[in-house]
Formats: sequence, C-alpha cells, structure tokens
Amino acid sequence: MLLLKSLKKLSELRIKIINILSEIRPEYDFSEDLNFIEEGMLDSLDIVTLVAGLDEKFSISIDGSDINPENFTKIDSIVNLLRKKGV
Amino acid sequence: MNLKFKNKKITGICVILPENRETFEENIKNYNFTESQSLKLKNIMGYGVHRIADLSCCVSDLSKYGMEYLIKRGIIKRQEIDALILITQSPDYFMPPTSNVIQGLLNLKEDMICLDINQGCAGYIVGLINSFMLLEQEEINKVLLINADILSHKLSRKDRNSYPLIGDAVSITILENENAYNSEIFANIKMDGTKSDALMIPAGGFRLKSSPETAVLEEDSSGNFRAKDHLVMKGDIIFNFVQTKIPPLIDSLLTFARLKKEEIDYYMFHQPNKFMLQKLADKMNISYEKMPNNVVENFGNASSVSIPTAIAFNLGQKLLNNAYKICLSGFGVGLTWASMVLNIGNLSICKIIEYKGEKK
Repeated sequence: MLLLKSLKKLSELRIKIINILSEIRPEYDFSEDLNFIEEGMLDSLDIVTLVAGLDEKFSISIDGSDINPENFTKIDSIVNLLRKKGV
Repeated sequence: MNLKFKNKKITGICVILPENRETFEENIKNYNFTESQSLKLKNIMGYGVHRIADLSCCVSDLSKYGMEYLIKRGIIKRQEIDALILITQSPDYFMPPTSNVIQGLLNLKEDMICLDINQGCAGYIVGLINSFMLLEQEEINKVLLINADILSHKLSRKDRNSYPLIGDAVSITILENENAYNSEIFANIKMDGTKSDALMIPAGGFRLKSSPETAVLEEDSSGNFRAKDHLVMKGDIIFNFVQTKIPPLIDSLLTFARLKKEEIDYYMFHQPNKFMLQKLADKMNISYEKMPNNVVENFGNASSVSIPTAIAFNLGQKLLNNAYKICLSGFGVGLTWASMVLNIGNLSICKIIEYKGEKK
C-alpha cells in the first residue's frame, strides 16, 4: 500500500515536471527518455526558467550551485534535485 | 590573493548613461522565441529598459562629458588629477590607449599616468585595487577611475542570451589619500584563464581578424543568431561559476577583514541579472534589500559600471551625508572574481547623469 502511494506520488511529480518543461519548450516531447541537454531541448536560459518554475510550483529555492546542466538532463535527474529539497 | 590598503577613500561617484533607451518588449520580435516564452524570461531575469549608445558614440565621448560635468561644478580640478585609469573592453582604438585620448580631450597635465586596463565584470574592483596601489606613491594624491563599456555595439540583436541584459554606461570614481581617515580596506581577487572562452568576442582582435566571414550571423542550438564579431556567453558555465565561487570568496574576505556578515550595511555586487543575484543572496542568506538587483531592469548590465551604478541608483543622495560599510563584488570575464569591503560615504557627488550627445 505504502509502495503504491509512493509510486503514485512519483508519477504525479513527473507529470508536474513534464508540464513545466512543456510550457517552456512546447515543441518537444519531454516524456521521451532523452538527454534534454545533449538533444538541445533545453539551453541555459530554459534551465533558468525551469528552476524558477520549480521554485514557484513546489515553494522551494533550488540552490544556485545546483543549477548546472547535469542536474537537468532527464526527468529522473530533476526528480533527484527536488528530492534534495524535500519535495 | 588578499590585499589590504590604509588611509584611502572614494570621494565621489558619477555615472554617465547614454540618453537612448530600449525596452525588452520592443525587441521581442527579434528573438526566435514565442512572445510568452520571452515574457516569462523577462520576469525571471529582470529585463526591462536598457541604455544603448548611438553607433557614433564611443567611450571617450561619455567619459569627456562626465569629466567636464565634474570640472564645471568644481568637484575635480584638472591640475589635481595625478592618474587616470580606464577599465574598458570597448576602447576607441587598439592604439593609442583611450585613457590618453581622454587626457588629450580634457587638456589634463602632462605630469600624470594614464592607464588602460582590459577588464569586465570584475573591473570595478580591479580598478579600485590599481587606484589604491597608485595612491601609495608620494606624488599621487588623486586618481580618477573610469569604468566604461559600450558593448551593445558588439551584440547581435537576435541573441536573446545577451542583447536584452546588456547596457552601455560610464562611471567616474574619484579616489584620494586621506590621512585623517584611518580605516582599512580589504580586498581579494582570483583568476581562472582556463575558462577564458566562457565570455568572449571571438573575432576582431589579432587572433581572428574581423572579415566579411566573421560578420555572418549563425544560428546556435538554442535559436539565437550571432556572428563571430559578437559577444558570446556560455550562460551555464558563468552561472555555475558565480554560484560556486562567490559565496566562499565573500566568506574569505570577511574573515580577512574580521567582520561578520551582519556588520555589512550593503552588498553592492555586479549586476548580471535579477535571477542570478537572488540565487546568490539566498545562498549567502543576505536580504534582497541589502543586495540590490535592480540595475539590469532599469539600465542594463554595463559590465564593470554595474557596481557604481548600483551604488548611485540605490544609495545616491544618502551617501552625501552618511557613510556605510559596503561589500563590493565583481565576477565574470577572464574568468575573474574579486571582492572588497570598505567604508563609503560623505561623498562630494553620487549621482547618475545623462549624456545627450555633443551639441553641433
């Protein structure tokens, strides 16, 4: 039961992240298992917009030193970043 | 590297802005992004109005105007100026030094030192350090530090990464010895040339000369268009550099100065954009009131002029009759990062003026 709840929460979190990403770059499908940086789907200003969106959506302040491309390559890496902030 | 100075002070700050203003909104059509994407970025980064000099306007024009303004009002006298340091990345010419050109335009005395230094976002601190070192000499009692950049002329209007945030400006800071003013000034500075390509203008120097080929606009992976003659910035590297290097730099400076964070009245930092400064303030646990981030939205980021602009815009009149302990920090091109803590106050001038062009 606890596992199901945790999986549901993770799935909701992923959907929220994909929604924010799709608002920033509507031309890409962020549900695909791609490296967003290597594929050129996100640039440095997109990452800034994404961080501002995540800060607002989850009422957190992502640490400035965590704002580097390797933390934004995939949905999983973004989830890990949010986990660090207790989301 | 830690540095310490005694019995020296800033006695005046004057910022000179070109009259022409451009808004972010009027340039949105130039960017290869939707309006809503651009407007979202405007709110986050604090884009607003920036000052853009006419194509015919050079650093020496704005500097001459500012110097004459100060001379006419008796704030400085020609004969008193023992050294003129110009910090710029946009000189009038490769040769001669633009500081010599300014000396000539103003008929300053021969018995003085003119010095051009190529520095950018950390250039205010670099300029202050050099000015204080010159003031150690017995025959040097007054130094004028001119920070000046007209980098808009080296930007692509189709580059959303840089065009909306850059502004043109000049500042003149007056520095003097003061025997009765027995306070210490602490500074530190670091450099990392291995990342010198993170912020650069690739063509136009001797390594890659300007040519019809270097003027051709090319699209980058993000949809920005720029030529090799234009300024290019690796935003992610610069952002991470600032967020990782500046907090320990300031901690180290305050330890060196034996000061606590809360003993500093204001943190006047280089103004790259609102978002970067807010993240820096959050990380350093400093309020946004103590660390203003409003220069980009009102004037644009004019490289080494952004710190004196932040001081004049946010404190201005207050610095004529009061003194504050202020921590300065500049960071960027080079890469270079530096900070300084000093008392600033009881100034003869601390204001922003507008250059309306030469009367024909």
